[in-house]
Amino acid sequence: MAERKIRVLLAKLGLDSHTVGVTVIAGALRDAGMEVIYTGLRQTPDMVVQAAIQEDADVIGISSLSGAQMQHIPKVLARLREESIDDKLVVVGGVIPDEDAEALQIEGVDKVFTMGARTGDIAVYIREWWEQQGR
Amino acid sequence: MLEEGEDGALTGLRTLLPDAGRAHLLGITGPPGAGKSTLVDRVVSELRRRNKTVGVIAIDPSSPFSGGAILGDRVRMQTHATDTGVFIRSMATRGQLGGLARTSFEATTVLDAMGYDVVLIETVGVGQDEVDVVELAHTTTVVSIPGMGDDIQAIKAGILEVGDCFVVNKADLPGAERVAMQLAAMLHLRESSGENWETPILKVEAEKARGIDQLVDIYEAHRAHLASSGGLVRKAVRRNERVFHELLRERTAAQALHAVEGGGEPVLAALRAGEIDPYTAVDRVLGEEHD
Repeated sequence: MAERKIRVLLAKLGLDSHTVGVTVIAGALRDAGMEVIYTGLRQTPDMVVQAAIQEDADVIGISSLSGAQMQHIPKVLARLREESIDDKLVVVGGVIPDEDAEALQIEGVDKVFTMGARTGDIAVYIREWWEQQGR
Repeated sequence: MLEEGEDGALTGLRTLLPDAGRAHLLGITGPPGAGKSTLVDRVVSELRRRNKTVGVIAIDPSSPFSGGAILGDRVRMQTHATDTGVFIRSMATRGQLGGLARTSFEATTVLDAMGYDVVLIETVGVGQDEVDVVELAHTTTVVSIPGMGDDIQAIKAGILEVGDCFVVNKADLPGAERVAMQLAAMLHLRESSGENWETPILKVEAEKARGIDQLVDIYEAHRAHLASSGGLVRKAVRRNERVFHELLRERTAAQALHAVEGGGEPVLAALRAGEIDPYTAVDRVLGEEHD
């Protein structure tokens, strides 16, 4: 029986066009043995949720460096709840002020990785969550 | 579930089989950089314009080192991201020999049974993959682009015999006509498959959606041709045989390993330590080792 791979959806919402970080993360997660579905720029909450459903994503990773995190991410969380798929791991990375990080985590984001976070830590975090799910 | 070979998956698949078989399966293959994903995106648009529902299986290679993959074909299909008539699934090859994961076979069956009119399968286009796609698809399109050097050898031997339609993408670039002519020359030399289908060579510019309506016309014509010539039945038979052999191979290997001590780990450990060679290792697992 083949091994179950962790499927990670990576998205950038709105007009944020900083791609370096998310590209680095994509490579790091692939090197950690995960399947990364990169959905690209200018995603809307609907697009992210549709992709998460079609791709059977286990993890949704949102990269946010343009300051619009509080506008977009809560909408994604709401749509996930509406579709009853809010059991997926939701992580956010980028330039996020501490108060916003806290607010996001209260709303349902599982973890916010801000500047200085190491790519290795993100992969480890995801894998630990995975193992806790008993897969 | 299908990808992990979970037990319920194949049983579930079997219950879907009666509902499958109506979708038109389109394979799209070609070397990296040929613009396959963009082409697929434009074909999906045209099919939607003709009121067809579409499933897409986009296949990208897994890293042989880490086992992971970056699946980026979705990026080129953004226009369809919220269209409920389109379902896009990215899959990794996961180290299957031939690149086209057997499980993508099964994924197309699921989409077919779900009622999608057309299922497009886009593959990595290196090595044996192209021929694999043909076994699976009703209509296979081989995509090339100008500027690959003199190399129509970029189109491997197998695919030339089995491609149903050849597309020269980025036809606005210099050298497009020459590629088309080289393809025509090679097709002329290929032995007639007896299928009585004149294989078209079409120049398109996927980016600008030029030539796409003609391409979809060709797909419809080929489908009609297969229906009337018995080709649909022949392809289904070949597909079933292929799945049978692959699945048999997988299951017997799994059973053989399961039946020996430690699931075969001691044998593997000995192999990795250089104590035994691979032939001895297999003999040992199968209980056929001679001293």
